[in-house]
Amino acid sequence: MTLKTIAFSNLRRRKARAIFVLAGLLIGVSTVVGLISLVQEMKNDINHKLEMYGANILIVPKTENLSFTYGGMSLGGVSFDMKEIRQEELEKIKTIKNATNVAALGPMVLGQVTIGGHRVLMAGVDFTATQILRPWWNVKGKIPVNGESIILGAEVSRVSGLKLGDKVKIKDKELSVTGILETAGSQDDGLVFAPLSTAQIILGQRNRISMAEVAALCSGCPIPEMVKQISDVLPNANVMAIQQVVKGRMETISHFQKFSYVVSALVLFVGCLMVLVTMIGSVRERTVEIGIFRAMGFRKSHVIRIILLEAGIVAAVAGIAGYFAGLGATRLLLPLFTEGHGLGAISLDPVMAGAVFIASIILGIGASLYPALMASRLDPNEALRAL
Amino acid sequence: MNYIDAKNLVKQYGTGEATVTAVNDISLRIDPGEFVAIMGESGSGKSTLLSMMGGLNSPTSGRFLVDGVDVYALSSDERADFRKKSIGFVFQSFHLLPYLTLAENVMLPLAIIDISKKKKLAAATDALARVGLPGKVNRLPNQISGGEQERVAIARAIVNRPPIILADEPTGNLDRRTGAEVMKLLTTLNHEGITVIIVTHSNEYAHCARRLIRLLDGRLVNGELAM
Repeated sequence: MTLKTIAFSNLRRRKARAIFVLAGLLIGVSTVVGLISLVQEMKNDINHKLEMYGANILIVPKTENLSFTYGGMSLGGVSFDMKEIRQEELEKIKTIKNATNVAALGPMVLGQVTIGGHRVLMAGVDFTATQILRPWWNVKGKIPVNGESIILGAEVSRVSGLKLGDKVKIKDKELSVTGILETAGSQDDGLVFAPLSTAQIILGQRNRISMAEVAALCSGCPIPEMVKQISDVLPNANVMAIQQVVKGRMETISHFQKFSYVVSALVLFVGCLMVLVTMIGSVRERTVEIGIFRAMGFRKSHVIRIILLEAGIVAAVAGIAGYFAGLGATRLLLPLFTEGHGLGAISLDPVMAGAVFIASIILGIGASLYPALMASRLDPNEALRAL
Repeated sequence: MNYIDAKNLVKQYGTGEATVTAVNDISLRIDPGEFVAIMGESGSGKSTLLSMMGGLNSPTSGRFLVDGVDVYALSSDERADFRKKSIGFVFQSFHLLPYLTLAENVMLPLAIIDISKKKKLAAATDALARVGLPGKVNRLPNQISGGEQERVAIARAIVNRPPIILADEPTGNLDRRTGAEVMKLLTTLNHEGITVIIVTHSNEYAHCARRLIRLLDGRLVNGELAM
């Protein structure tokens, strides 16, 4: 027989009250867990889409007055005739603090060439990096494996009439078409892609690049920080993050997140009120019992401990049950907020589970503090006169 | 030792014209091992005096000393410790906790004492045996008779071996035969050296005590030897 035994026994006897307290906390905890998990999964979903998007940092030479667009987004100034970044300078990117977050680095040289009487834009690229930077590419044929092959954008192929396996002469260099891009609706449709070194020779820009793309998209990548780090090592370049695409949606999620916190706080507040009112009722119902405890020599602190132990036990159960209920609710609701990604990714997070468990106990005990003090202040003689 | 010394105890309830004096200038001394019965009509202040003796009810004026220690000069926690060590209460309505077994009810005063679970259970089993209820440790209060419940209440009062037992009408809810058995049990405990102070309406049971204290309107009428 200890104070713990008394607390457990009382909870067993007054099941309805215990369940009421449990329900109050459980609803609050599961709502918080559900909303936090939902927001997190929505962020994960966007990050996943970002990763699918490919490059998210562009490096272009600094310019004063020329504009250039890429993928429908303004990328600042760049020109074919202006000074280029030297290829070896890109090596410095490997020295930045967040170098491990760089998934791919794609240098690109751009220049105008003539194919079959048509002026087209040639892009010299590193095809290994490009496959990471442009995950949406569907190539009919093969990616070039040597310096004498090229890939044509769908529009270039249509206009020039060139097909897979055709030979084409560009500035005295004979190249074979090994791949044709399927229509992507992007600027790539109008480009000729050649290996970087080949394009540099054709365009007369050995060791020079027009721009570079960096894929650093992952859920934990500090993009703005990386942009600054790259800018520091490449002072002659304009380094920009492509965030416009997702910025709007991120803002929406941010608003939803704030809304979630407000709703969570309100639900928790109501849950705590339920605990408070129920525990006050319980103390009033147990006036005589508390009088008996005090007559037997229980100190005020003993009475407080019994009440808080009861609240703590219920709150601990609510914390565990609420965590799983919240996760379950997220699983059910997630398809309504995302396009399916992340449904299987909802997993147990020990840190969050621990935090929820502790927070639930703190809230349960916090809400029971006043009833516990009220119980301890009962005059034992008055309590026994209530017999 | 544990002698009890009340000096000019006064207890008033209410204020102004509504003031009621429940205990009016009572002084008495009870020696260790005495069996005292407090008698009087309803409202004469018997239960108030008993609760003051138990350290539960602060006097409006006067002093209450046990072994020379002024109980009401102690802090709340110190007074709780005094009750834990020195007083065993037996209530008229038994006041067993219905959700605890008999053994658990008896062990309640030990819940705040730092001894092993085994020793607590042994003490409770021993106390139940002393009141004639061996083998019923796992029953719930609603599974035994009123007389047995009173015995359990007495077992709970003696489990931590206090030197003083205060019983407020311990036979009030019992039939004559069962009441006599309870009084016999209290007499036995008194013979073992425990100071027993009871409040009762019954002359018959009061005469089990060696000393009678009569109250009238909160005043001590006399303190006579019962035998």
